[in-house]
Amino acid sequence: MAEITYLEAIREALFEEMERDQNVFCLGEDIGAYGGAFKVTEGLQAKFGESRVIDTPISEAAIIGAGAGAAHMGMRPVCEMQFIDFISTGYDMLTNYVATARYRAMLPCPMVVRGPSGGYVRGGPFHSQNPEAAFLHTPGLKIVYPATASDAKGLLKSAIRDEDCVLFFEHKYLYRRIKEEMPSGDVVTPIGKARVAREGKDVSIITYAATVWKSLEAAEQVEKEDGLSVEVLDLRSLLPMDDEAIIATVKKTNRVLIVHEDTRTGGIAGELTARITENAFEWLDAPILRVTAADVPLPYSPPLEDYVLPQTADIVSAIRRLAAY
Amino acid sequence: MARSTTAPESPPRQRADRSAVETVGASGLTRDDRLQIYYYMRLTRSLEERLVNLYRQTKVVGGLFRSLGQEADAVGSAYALDRTKGDILSPLIRNLGSMLVQGAKPNEIIKQYMAKGDSPTRGRELNIHYGDLVRGFIGQISHLGDMVPVMAGVTLSFKMRGEKRVGMVYVGDGATSTGAFHEGINFAAVQKCPLVVIVENNGYAYSTPLSKQTAAKNLVDKAIGYGVYGDSADGNDVIATYEVTKRAVDRARAGEGVTLIELVTYRRKGHAEHDNQSYVPEGEIDRWAATNDPIDRYLKALADEGVSSEEIAAIDARVISEIDGATDEAEASPMPEPNDSLVGVYADPPTTPELWFRKGIRSAVEKHERPQGWGTHDG
Repeated sequence: MAEITYLEAIREALFEEMERDQNVFCLGEDIGAYGGAFKVTEGLQAKFGESRVIDTPISEAAIIGAGAGAAHMGMRPVCEMQFIDFISTGYDMLTNYVATARYRAMLPCPMVVRGPSGGYVRGGPFHSQNPEAAFLHTPGLKIVYPATASDAKGLLKSAIRDEDCVLFFEHKYLYRRIKEEMPSGDVVTPIGKARVAREGKDVSIITYAATVWKSLEAAEQVEKEDGLSVEVLDLRSLLPMDDEAIIATVKKTNRVLIVHEDTRTGGIAGELTARITENAFEWLDAPILRVTAADVPLPYSPPLEDYVLPQTADIVSAIRRLAAY
Repeated sequence: MARSTTAPESPPRQRADRSAVETVGASGLTRDDRLQIYYYMRLTRSLEERLVNLYRQTKVVGGLFRSLGQEADAVGSAYALDRTKGDILSPLIRNLGSMLVQGAKPNEIIKQYMAKGDSPTRGRELNIHYGDLVRGFIGQISHLGDMVPVMAGVTLSFKMRGEKRVGMVYVGDGATSTGAFHEGINFAAVQKCPLVVIVENNGYAYSTPLSKQTAAKNLVDKAIGYGVYGDSADGNDVIATYEVTKRAVDRARAGEGVTLIELVTYRRKGHAEHDNQSYVPEGEIDRWAATNDPIDRYLKALADEGVSSEEIAAIDARVISEIDGATDEAEASPMPEPNDSLVGVYADPPTTPELWFRKGIRSAVEKHERPQGWGTHDG
C-alpha cells in the first residue's frame, strides 16, 4: 500500500466515516466546492453532495452551535475551523453549551470540531495557535492532537464515533511533511491512550503533536553524541490524559522533560507536572523540566518565530541538563 | 394586529385538524382548543404564584423567574406547533407557558426550583432549564442567543432527513443584540431551515430598556436584513399570537424557511424575584396590569364567545388541584445524593473519578462543612 501524508490520512478518515455512516456530515467555511483552505476536504462534496458537505457563512459560533443541535438529533457533525485560531469565536458555544449538554440536560452531543493548528509555518499570531490549554479546563470536552498520519486517521475515526464532543487538532506543519503507510482495514486509535514513540531508559520526554518529531530528533542526537537513551511519549490525547502511560515512563527513567509548542504559563506541562508529583514523586531523581514556547503571541518573522518556539537544540540542552542532575 | 414586512401575502388559513366540527372564528381553533389555551395560561400564572410562595418559604434554592403578563405570547406561540409531528421548541426564561404546552409538568418545574434529586436534571440545573426531546422542548442555557444556532442545527437535521418537523426558538429583545442570535438566524436563513424565531419584546432586558438595546424602530425590521419572513403581533392577545405563529409554522413545514416574529408584550415583574424594578417609570407596571393583562383580555374574549364562568371556574380549580398535588410530591422528594454530581459528564467514562480527599467521606454535606447560608438544605 502506498504511503500517504498526514493531510491525506485525515481526508481518508472523513471519506471512510461518511461512507460508513449516513449521519456523518461536514460543515465549515469554504470546505465544499473549494475543498477547504488546506484542501483537507477536497473531493468530499463531489462525492457526498452539498447537503452533507456544507459551506457555511463565516460564523464559528453558528457552525459549532448548529453542529450541537444536529448532534442532539442523532447526526454526527464534523465542524471545520478554517484555522483553529478561530475556535475562540466559538468558545462560548463549546464550553457553555456543548460541554455541559450531557451533564445538565442529558443531551448527547457527539460531534467533532477540527482544524489546522500550530506554528513553525510563519503564520503569525492568528494562523499558528495551539489552543488546547484553553479547553483542557472544560469538563465535557475531549481533546486529541495526533503527531503521525496513522494516528491522525485513527483518532479522527474514533472522534467521529465518540458519543461526546472531541476537539481534533491537526498540526499544519505536519500536513504534507510526513508520510506513512496506513494500516489496512478499519483501524481506529483509541482516545485517551498515549504512544511510546521511542523507547529509552535515561530520560523521558512527554510531548504531543509537532514537537514529537523535534523530540525524536533530539533523542537521536543525544544518543549519538552523549550515549543517552531517551524515551519519547506521544500523548496523542490531552483530554482525557493517559495517566497510566505517563506514570509508567516516569517510573522507568526517573527524569522527565515536558515539551510543548504552546506557551508556557498555564500550559499543559503544568498539569502534567502536578499529576506526576501527585502520583510518582518518590520516583523522580530530578526536577521536572519544561521546554515550551515563550509567553508571547507568536510573531511572524522567521528569526522571531524560531526564537519563540521550542527547537531541537533546546530539547537537546534540556535533556543534557536533566541527565547531569 | 399582525403585520408583514418581508412576507408576501399570508397563505390561506387552514383549519386545525383537532376537531374541525366545532371551529369558531378565523383562527381555526376549536372551542376545546381555546379552553385548553386558557388552561395553559392559567396554569402558567398559578404555578408561578405557587413558586413565589415556596420561594418566600426559602424552599426554592436559587432565583425565581416570572412571566407575569407574558403568558399569552408563550402559550399562543407554542400552541401553533404540532405535537403529533415531533416539532421542537427551545424556550427562554419567560417561557414556562410554552413548555407546559409541550408537555412539561408542574411537579417537574417545582422539583427543578427546589433542586430535588428526582427533578429532570437531578439537581444539576436551575428553574426551567431542562428539556425533553421526546415531548419536544430543549433545555436552554443562560447565555442569551446561544439557542438560535443550536435550533438552526436541530432544524437543519429535520431538513437533511426530509422530516416535516418544525423548530421554534425564543429570544428576548435583549438577546437580539448578541452575536449568537445573528450567526444563528443568518445560518438558518441561508440553509432555509424550518425554524420560527420568536422575539419576545417585553420592554426590558434585566434593567435595560429597549431604547438602550437597539436603535431599530421595531425588532421585526431585522428580518429584512436576514432575508427571512418577518411578522409581528400583539403578544398579549393570545389568539393573534397563535395566528401569526401558525402562519410561520405552516411556512416552515412547507419548506419556505425561517420567519422572525416579534411579539410585543410587557414584563410586569423584575428580571428575577429579587429585582425591585427601581428603573421602571412610575405607573407603567400598574397601567399594563390594569388595562392589558393577557388573561383578563382572553377571559373577556371567551365570555363574549359564550364560555360560562362555571367552565372557567372548573378549569381554575383543576389547575390549583394539579399544582397542589405537584407541590406535595416535590416537597416529599429527596435531595440528590452528593456523589451523583460525578455522573454523566461523558458517555465514557460514565463517572468522573472521586477525588482522594472525598474518599471515605460521603460528602462535605454530611459533615455540615458547607458555608452558612448557601441554599436551604441542611443535610
